[in-house]
Amino acid sequence: MNEQRVLIVGATSAIAEATARRFAARGHSLYLLARNGERLESLAADLRVRGAARVFHAPFEANDLDAQEALLARVDSELGGIDQVLVAHGTLGDQKACEASVEATLQELNTNALSVIALLTRLANRFEAQRHGCIAVIGSVAGDRGRQSNYVYGTAKGALAIFLQGLRNRLAKSHVQVLTIKPGFVDTPMTAAFPKGPLWASPEKIAADIERAIERKRNVLYTPFFWWPIMAVIKSVPEMIFKRLSL
Amino acid sequence: MPIQGWGRYPSVDARIDLPLTVSALAGQVAGGDGLIARGMGRSYGDSALAPHILGTRALSHLLAFDETRGLLRCAAGTTLAELLAVFVPRGWFLPVTPGTKFVTLGGAIASDVHGKNHHLDGCFSAFVESLVLVLGDGSRVACSRHERPELFHATCGGMGLTGVIVEAELRLRRVESAYIHQTTYKAANLEEALALFEAHHGTTYSVAWIDCLASGASLGRSLLMIGEHARDRQLVLSAGRPLSVPVDSPALLLNRYTMQAFNSLYYNRVRTAESRQRVSYDSFFYPLDGIHQWNRLYGRQGFLQYQFVVPKAAGLDGLRSILARIAESRRGSFLAVLKAFGPANANLLSFPVEGYTLALDFKRERGLFELLDELDERVLEQGGRLYLTKDARMSEATFKRSYPLWERLQAVREQYHARGTFTSLQARRLGLE
Ligand SMILES: Cc1cc2nc3c(=O)[nH]c(=O)nc-3n(C[C@H](O)[C@H](O)[C@H](O)COP(=O)(O)OP(=O)(O)OC[C@H]3O[C@@H](n4cnc5c(N)ncnc54)[C@H](O)[C@@H]3O)c2cc1C
Ligand SMILES: NC(=O)c1ccc[n+]([C@@H]2O[C@H](COP(=O)([O-])OP(=O)(O)OC[C@H]3O[C@@H](n4cnc5c(N)ncnc54)[C@H](OP(=O)(O)O)[C@@H]3O)[C@@H](O)[C@H]2O)c1
Repeated sequence: MNEQRVLIVGATSAIAEATARRFAARGHSLYLLARNGERLESLAADLRVRGAARVFHAPFEANDLDAQEALLARVDSELGGIDQVLVAHGTLGDQKACEASVEATLQELNTNALSVIALLTRLANRFEAQRHGCIAVIGSVAGDRGRQSNYVYGTAKGALAIFLQGLRNRLAKSHVQVLTIKPGFVDTPMTAAFPKGPLWASPEKIAADIERAIERKRNVLYTPFFWWPIMAVIKSVPEMIFKRLSL
Repeated sequence: MPIQGWGRYPSVDARIDLPLTVSALAGQVAGGDGLIARGMGRSYGDSALAPHILGTRALSHLLAFDETRGLLRCAAGTTLAELLAVFVPRGWFLPVTPGTKFVTLGGAIASDVHGKNHHLDGCFSAFVESLVLVLGDGSRVACSRHERPELFHATCGGMGLTGVIVEAELRLRRVESAYIHQTTYKAANLEEALALFEAHHGTTYSVAWIDCLASGASLGRSLLMIGEHARDRQLVLSAGRPLSVPVDSPALLLNRYTMQAFNSLYYNRVRTAESRQRVSYDSFFYPLDGIHQWNRLYGRQGFLQYQFVVPKAAGLDGLRSILARIAESRRGSFLAVLKAFGPANANLLSFPVEGYTLALDFKRERGLFELLDELDERVLEQGGRLYLTKDARMSEATFKRSYPLWERLQAVREQYHARGTFTSLQARRLGLE
């Protein structure tokens, strides 16, 4: 692959950082957007040392939807265009807190779904016009079926998946790849409080899968791969039975 | 959450934080007490254990690289494995490396680790130009041999007791290949082994694998491996998949009969007195890294590594008396490594002194601590000492007798607000409160 201009949204997420390192090693040019300014700056330095052709960065608050257009204009002018975008920001909100508060629920939906949908709406038109490129978005296996333990997060990720399906259908004729990434359990700051077991993967593993899926023009990526059969089974359980399970 | 070192003994119920930025880390230091930094947890005992642990693994960014001088500025939670992956293909190698690459830069500095080239190049800190430390009051300071030298010399080898290293400048070594020319020599006993070390003093890397169960005339029989970087311009290794020990093996697997069989198989595998090979840097420096979590081989009880150094003056006889006691105990070791050290450096707690060091594992079982106490006596009699990063049990008296500069460490810790903030189970045991 020759030099690509890649926009990474939520660039300081552990999964995004690991993926960005692979892009840097290939000599791509990167534009990083993230909320944590201190980490963003040191990440930019890291990616330069690792071989990225050019690295830009700017602060980004997902829920400031009004700032998006100006931000994209800035990316366009500094990076000179966008060949690939990876959207990675997200929050694994507290399900119990969401049940107790409408504000908390809407906040989760805003950050995980609406902010992404807003951004993709703007980006899709650019990609459709340029007739090439890749839009990769991190969803989750949690979006495949609603479960009592995290259905607010799941709702957001599920909405994203359907939005991306439609977008893929729309952009196929423009030769734009739309990749829905569905990780299982990944050991990152988001899941720091969870006890880890054999189903857990490292962000580096997810990053390697993402890179390969982009290269192979895939549509949907379950990562690690074994989540595909696991979710196939979970999705196939009839609702009559499923509703009684404590999942 | 129960946390342990590599030897899986002892264990502490700890809270672990993994700050994402230096500012976040500094905030936790300023608000905390009784905390200690932890990198990859490859120290064997209780050096990186405390009720509150500050993990550095999220601080793993490379910050700047001066390609002409090989000078890398880097966050302290970066592992040596990560550095090798980036820099070997560009023709740079670590100036000093321990026997595992799964350690952090901060951990390598805090233990002032040594490698197979200590006799020529010294410890890891010899290649550290400067570092940035978060002190007990949450402030951030730089230090080097020229700036706050007392803090630098207390921190290199200081086992995390002066503050949290967050950044360092490391001088890398130019190489022309990812491969090593290795030559293996057989030594029938300790005397031959030491003579081989002398004879190969000028070779960059040397280490001996020693059969600690052999006794009598074969006491100290060993294989000496020396190596030099190849110059064949092949900077990229062909990949292999690591093995892993997925569950705790029954401790039975490691009784002395299996170990004896292992030892003689290993020794006899090398048929000629001298053999040459071209091997990857991975297989030369990190033979055990190919088996993830090999520490589980010792079972749930865990194990202790015992590494001591005896000064050159004690020589063959000193080493022999200790080795004889180990052989006699029949408690044996899966791995015993013998290495020649060059001169000591100016750091307050760095382990190496000119002489010989032996490192071996003991499964934790009844009677072991008594044996180790006895070995401590012999080591101290010879003017030697134990390596803090391997230690889980030496007494305060043993430590203070053999690390006479500990009082200067305490003075520096006092001056830089470390006392009362940074402490580990080991520091408490050794009277370094
Ligand atoms: C298989 C194996 C082989 C080894 N071979 C060698 C060898 O050949 N030579 C050798 O010298 N050592 C060797 N070691 C020991 C190892 O190199 C050291 O224990 C090293 O310090 C481990 O680094 P770590 O990142 O895992 O640190 P940890 O084990 O997490 O911590 C070790 C010490 O460093 C301190 N520390 C860690 N990070 C920081 C920081 N950022 N700031 C301040 N203090 C910090 C901790 O508080 C603790 O006191 C070996 C260990 C193993 C498991
Ligand atoms: N970890 C898993 O098990 C797992 C599984 C499936 C899917 N995922 C998805 O993978 C993606 C990456 O997560 P991760 O696991 O790498 O966790 P992570 O390291 O915690 O990353 C999450 C990132 O989202 C950013 N973010 C959150 N809210 C934001 C906002 N309002 N504005 C801007 N940025 C915001 C965070 O920024 P701050 O640092 O500033 O908070 C952080 O960088 C997420 O979409 C997540 O849902 C993760």
